[in-house]
Amino acid sequence: MSLLHFFRQRSAPIARERLQILLAHERIACRHQDLLGILREEILAVIARHVSFEPDKVQIKMDRGKSVSTLAVDIEIPNLDRLSDAVAGMVG
Amino acid sequence: MSQVLVVTSGKGGVGKTTSTAALGAALAHDGAKVVVIDFDVGLRNLDLVLGAERRVVFDLINVINGVARLSQALIRDKRLDNLHLLPASQTRDKDALTEEGVAKVIEELRTKFDWIICDSPAGIERGATLAMRYADAAIIVTNPEVSSVRDSDRIIGLLDSKTAKAERGERIDKHVLITRYHSSRAARGETLSIDDVLEILSTPLLGIIPESEEVLRASNVGSPVTLNNPLSAPARAYFDAARRLKGEQVPMLVPAEIRSIFDKLFARKAA
Repeated sequence: MSLLHFFRQRSAPIARERLQILLAHERIACRHQDLLGILREEILAVIARHVSFEPDKVQIKMDRGKSVSTLAVDIEIPNLDRLSDAVAGMVG
Repeated sequence: MSQVLVVTSGKGGVGKTTSTAALGAALAHDGAKVVVIDFDVGLRNLDLVLGAERRVVFDLINVINGVARLSQALIRDKRLDNLHLLPASQTRDKDALTEEGVAKVIEELRTKFDWIICDSPAGIERGATLAMRYADAAIIVTNPEVSSVRDSDRIIGLLDSKTAKAERGERIDKHVLITRYHSSRAARGETLSIDDVLEILSTPLLGIIPESEEVLRASNVGSPVTLNNPLSAPARAYFDAARRLKGEQVPMLVPAEIRSIFDKLFARKAA
């Protein structure tokens, strides 16, 4: 065994790290392929029951962390006072 | 109660067929009624590993198509009366494998056998998804190597979403079987360790099968390693894994090859 070989870095830790990073991405892509779509539709349906909004102004993001994952839903809703003004205008 | 197992991996060449034969023989050796099914339509090999290649008359697709009865297609092992093989077709179109057909065959086998072990083809296509479709539990065969672990992760995702059990909202039991393990390489940090693999896949371990020329020798002569040399290191590891499948608590050891002084003096590598 040469001296060079002796000092060469162990390759298993590199393999492990590469796999962990890769799989973190692939799991979102593969396992949750439909999950985001389903969540989006169901969340929108619930909100649409109570307020009206533009479907284009909705952003849904999912981040998978090491121990917790986060689901961020960003919906732009017209201000309620403007809504009531509009309703008042329609009635008046 | 019969158990349907799928032996799967995603990646090819990791030891699915070897493990199916070895575990099937180990379970049958302990008295259970076992059938092993080859799902690799077009590239069957379980018959060869079991030494039954010259006895194949009818196959799985013949049974599905109604050309043959199940009893006509089942091949009884010459060494173990309670071990049977249902071979894959070698030539026919793999689209002949239908979901309804497979469901019917498995239902019929459930009435006759304690263990139904489905040997999956590599990949994630039809043959592989049908092999896992009706499984109660899965054995994911993994080598401690990056591409095998990646593919195992993908297969675990499919097991959790595409199996009949998963679709009913139940959990499919999953076990990782690490094969071709070199303990010395792992100790030197040259291959992923057992802990690395288990942590990445977050799936419980069924067994660790050491790399051994006994596995090659067994397939050369057409006999599961658990029958060909039951005292060899890989055979003992498969026997332990089979006992864990039955729910027994067996300490997780990596069996080492027992070598005589003669072997050590005249150490040769398998060709």
